[in-house]
Amino acid sequence: MTDAALPRRQPIALRFPSVMIFLAVLALFTVGVTILSEGFGIGVISTSFIKTLGKTLCLCLVALAMDLVWGYCGILSLGHMAFFGIGGYAIGMWLMYARTEIIVLESLAAAELPPTAQEVSDGIATQIFGVVGSSEFPPIWAFAHSLPLQLAAVVIVPGLLALVFGWLAFRSRVTGVYLSILTQAMTLALSLHLFQNDSGLRGNNGLSGLQNLPGLDEVPQATVSLWFFWASALALGLGYVLCTWIVAGKFGSVIRAIRDDEARVRFLGYPVESFKLVVFTLTAVIAGIAGALYYPQAGIINPAEIAPIASIYLAVWVAIGGRGRLYGAVIGAAFVSLLSTWFTGGQAPDINLGFYTISWVDWWTVLLGLSFVAVTLFAPKGIGGLVDLVTDRKSPNRHGADLGPDQGALREQEAEK
Amino acid sequence: MSTLLEVSGVSVSFDGFKAINNLSFQIADAELRAVIGPNGAGKTTFMDIITGKTKPDEGRVIYGDKSVSLLKMSESRIAQAGIGRKFQRPTVFEDQSVFDNLMMALKKTRGPMAVLFFKPSKTDTDKVAELAEQIGLSGALNRKSGELSHGQKQWLEIGMLLAQDPRLLLVDEPAAGMTPAEREHTTDILREAAKTRAVVVVEHDMEFVRRLECKVTVLHEGSVLAEGSLDHVTKNEQVIEVYLGR
Amino acid sequence: MLRFAALLSACLTFALPASSQQADAPIQQLLQSQSDLILESSRRTIGPAIDALANSGLVAAQVVLDKWQTREMWVNEETGLFVFAEEVDRDTLRIFDFANGSEIGVVPDDRFDQLKPNSGIRGLIGTALVQFQLSDPDPDTRRRALDAIERGAEESHLAALRASLPTETDAQILARKERLERLLTIAYGATDAERIEAIQTFDGDLSVDVRAALNPLLAVRIDVAEALPSDPEVGRVLKPGSEALNREDAYALLVSANLAKPRISLADQRNALIANIADGQVAGIQVATLNTQEARDMAYAALADLGTVTAVATETEVDQLLANHVFYERYVGAPPEVVFAAQAALNAIENKVAINQMFDLSLDALSLASIYFLAAIGLAITFGVMGVINMAHGEFIMMGAYTGYVVQLFIPDYTLSILVAIPLAFAVTFGTGVAMERLVIRWLYHRPLETLLATFGISIALQQIAKNIFGTQARPLTAPGWLDGSLVINDIVSISYIRIAIFVLALLFLALFLFVMNRTRLGLEVRAVTQNPRMAASMGINPDKINMLTFGFGSGIAGIAGVAIGLYAKVTSEMGSDYIVQSFMTVVVGGVGNIWGTLLGATMVGFLQKGIEWFNPSNTLAAQTYMILFIILFIQFRPKGIIALKGRAAEA
Repeated sequence: MTDAALPRRQPIALRFPSVMIFLAVLALFTVGVTILSEGFGIGVISTSFIKTLGKTLCLCLVALAMDLVWGYCGILSLGHMAFFGIGGYAIGMWLMYARTEIIVLESLAAAELPPTAQEVSDGIATQIFGVVGSSEFPPIWAFAHSLPLQLAAVVIVPGLLALVFGWLAFRSRVTGVYLSILTQAMTLALSLHLFQNDSGLRGNNGLSGLQNLPGLDEVPQATVSLWFFWASALALGLGYVLCTWIVAGKFGSVIRAIRDDEARVRFLGYPVESFKLVVFTLTAVIAGIAGALYYPQAGIINPAEIAPIASIYLAVWVAIGGRGRLYGAVIGAAFVSLLSTWFTGGQAPDINLGFYTISWVDWWTVLLGLSFVAVTLFAPKGIGGLVDLVTDRKSPNRHGADLGPDQGALREQEAEK
Repeated sequence: MSTLLEVSGVSVSFDGFKAINNLSFQIADAELRAVIGPNGAGKTTFMDIITGKTKPDEGRVIYGDKSVSLLKMSESRIAQAGIGRKFQRPTVFEDQSVFDNLMMALKKTRGPMAVLFFKPSKTDTDKVAELAEQIGLSGALNRKSGELSHGQKQWLEIGMLLAQDPRLLLVDEPAAGMTPAEREHTTDILREAAKTRAVVVVEHDMEFVRRLECKVTVLHEGSVLAEGSLDHVTKNEQVIEVYLGR
Repeated sequence: MLRFAALLSACLTFALPASSQQADAPIQQLLQSQSDLILESSRRTIGPAIDALANSGLVAAQVVLDKWQTREMWVNEETGLFVFAEEVDRDTLRIFDFANGSEIGVVPDDRFDQLKPNSGIRGLIGTALVQFQLSDPDPDTRRRALDAIERGAEESHLAALRASLPTETDAQILARKERLERLLTIAYGATDAERIEAIQTFDGDLSVDVRAALNPLLAVRIDVAEALPSDPEVGRVLKPGSEALNREDAYALLVSANLAKPRISLADQRNALIANIADGQVAGIQVATLNTQEARDMAYAALADLGTVTAVATETEVDQLLANHVFYERYVGAPPEVVFAAQAALNAIENKVAINQMFDLSLDALSLASIYFLAAIGLAITFGVMGVINMAHGEFIMMGAYTGYVVQLFIPDYTLSILVAIPLAFAVTFGTGVAMERLVIRWLYHRPLETLLATFGISIALQQIAKNIFGTQARPLTAPGWLDGSLVINDIVSISYIRIAIFVLALLFLALFLFVMNRTRLGLEVRAVTQNPRMAASMGINPDKINMLTFGFGSGIAGIAGVAIGLYAKVTSEMGSDYIVQSFMTVVVGGVGNIWGTLLGATMVGFLQKGIEWFNPSNTLAAQTYMILFIILFIQFRPKGIIALKGRAAEA
């Protein structure tokens, strides 16, 4: 392609070879893990590690969403892990309800009289809400009996919350750090709300036993974990294609323009708020789906998972991986979360300094925090920047100035070469 | 020629400082107009008001055949209604190619859903190519606009404005930092554009204004001091006083 | 040997008592006259005996009651004479005469019976004793008697109290007695007029005891009748199914008044059905079909028709019965006139209580606002003046608090240690702040999002380091003794001295800030750099240095705030994150770049949180949730905060 020629419109996959590479790597990885698994293969990888890998894929998916909203659209949302958690809660409600229903029905089957619907419902409610001293279903559990409705909730609840919150925030032109703090406040409010016993979601006990699929008790966890692993891989693949499609077209062009110079886009006639709202809501939905896949693998969800710090870590992953490039987000999430598991799991060898022994379980967070500072300062491109070393793309030379006046604008050092 | 934009009795103040004071201004369809004035005369605020960035404390801004008020419209609605603006500093999207910049500016439905499912047709790419030709950037379509020279960025921005196909074009200091040859080219583009639409040029450089050969409005302390041909206004006592001091 | 001698001597002295005891003393005669009752020792019949003693006017009667109550009264089995005694050892008593309190001698206890009044009788004796104690020459005894009455007032106390009034000499005790007399009159006054008069004297009295005295008068019982009776004791009419009376309770009332058939609980119904299963059927209905409530009701009705179970009311009957009867409250605590007077007095009191509670709440809110202000002021400086978001600000607060804790480890005197801790905390956080500004922040000026994330990284690291050093458990930071306790204004309004101190500290900071910004060279330079860094630089001000000092100053103030907050909250590694969001809210709500805005913001956030807590006092989590939601909405209407900068300055 010469400089003079107009860019020809090719299929996304060809214009963005990274998609093909990514999908190929993901497929290889999935097949490889399956072969090495206990459930279907030779049993080199333990079931718990399959779950860790599956969870990591979900984290990659939510990191993709974060990259779309932050790296591409310039909105540093500190609320996407809240949407992730909501997705988890939505699916967790059904899992917990359906499983408890089976148990309650079994126990009532032996009764002299066949149970009435009310007795069954009371039995389930007592089982689930006994820990918070209640025996009645809160109104938000109205649809918990229905898998399709709760699956819809996985998408609708985070989407709706993001829509309402985003509409309020963007409408009043809250941008930059204000918006970040506001999203953090939203996250804090949500987690504080869920911590209450009368929130209807079992307070700080959260929902548990989610790894057991109702009615599939005889299927071993080794198999179930693989199912979820596959589903997570599929979701990540689809998410990656969707995100690429979004950022590749004119829409991507507009949201990157919004990131770099919001006011200018407005004067081009684009309703900036609507674009932000679409991106914010869409990514919230993706986050919700990722959460719905994550928590059945984690087995338990509680309000601490929604605390603002989780969303901050999400931003950390994306930044370390390299924001503004989709594979960067995936690499960052996978790399940091797996490393985190390794360090906090006590597998990393302690360092004996003679006068003091550095135990990584205690010091990993310190290392993470400081390396995050270092990445922000010295390697704004993150790990993804390494890719630029092998590919040869030209970068705009702005002699140190940023690529736009907005607070979320790409820095010159971050732009792809 | 019918009136395209009518600003009447507009005032705005920031923390007690009156940036615009009872300003009235009219421009017709297909008219080229230069607005000059010393620093702090309110030129930028004047543009901010028309484009919806600043809401005035009082006054009316009426636009178009249907005489709609711009005061209740958002910036993007105003832009969609056909008012384009070029900023003082060249503001193009440096991380994106010239092609993407122009494509983004091209007059199309601006809603997020329409944009999401947008696929450029042959006509669109041709239109972009034609614009690139006009602003002399045909050879640079695939370059990132951040790599362009200052003057090229100014042109790209003018090209983006033309791509919007506005009925009213507000241009803030288009010639700043340009070489004489580039200025010449810019003058041509603006005069060409003014044949089919209204163009308001804010400029410091008298030489550039003279070359535009158009009616001139002089702003001072937020209101119109004089209006007429450049020769006419430069003979005005007050204007001389304002520009040169006593 | 020795024991034997003692026993012998006891035997020797044994002959003496009968002769030396005054059997004809008035008190002994009185006791003898009541002897039967006393010895019967029954709660039901003892009354007259105690009354006789109490009303005898004998000085010795008090001694008798005293000794009787403490189980030190004994009776001689042979003579029937009463004595009081102390046990010398297991088998020996030293006995005394009631008549004059003189020792009679040491005797073996085999011929004496101890009187063992049960707790009921002891209570009665105690009540009787009160009248003696109320007139006791020792003021402390009198006060103790009053305390006893306040704890458990009884009808008889009223007369005793009244009787003791004329002889009371101590003005303070007299006032207490008079007040108590009126309180008792409310409860036990002989006539309604007397009670109402007493009630009215307490108009607007905030003490808890007044409300405790008035509330029982308002006691009601819910009655049911076919038509509303017209007697004055009838209070408000209740609708079944309302908040005051649910349908089940209403129907239960009907049942207990024999106006309706009983209903059966679902569990009982189920049990009845199970009990009547025969051949997989209940009254001819297949058991397997009984999986709905309707089917079970039908089966039960069928059983009732067969006569196996008692018939119960159906839902329609219940509705009808409830509709045909009227439920109302009947005053049972007092006659209606007294009730109305009590109600009026209580209403007046409650109004006053509400006003006072509001005042107390305002004080609480004010102290919370001071805490937020303290926590936010450093942030307001860095955010407002420099436009730098410091997410590690909360950790500076934590560092300040831990500095205080460490200082207390070395300096045990709390007053001194706090005085040392405050400048030290400032120094530590100032140093950290400057280091952070030099190493990180200055590379990220005008990149607020990156600053936010980098400072997050620092915040995470600092928090974990604190956790590694000090552990996860909370560390104490003890306030000096003179800050203990609270300033009590009345029974409702009080504020602890620590909170007052924090409030004063907040005011000091405000003054300090205003002084530094408006009266010092540094303040002038800071303002210059804020408004136009380039111009400031060309005037010979070094913006680098100013930024460094400003950041250090803001961090240092956070450190001092940490000491203050640590005094009343626990010092943990996570304490910073508890304040960071609220602090940001304070700054954002107030409006960036203006200390008065921060002050207003803190006031608003503090009052808001307390206000919400007031609606739902049990749940501070909910209060925080709603407060954050409110602030999110507030930002909608004033995105730039309460005090907003306009025009070009706002865009800088």
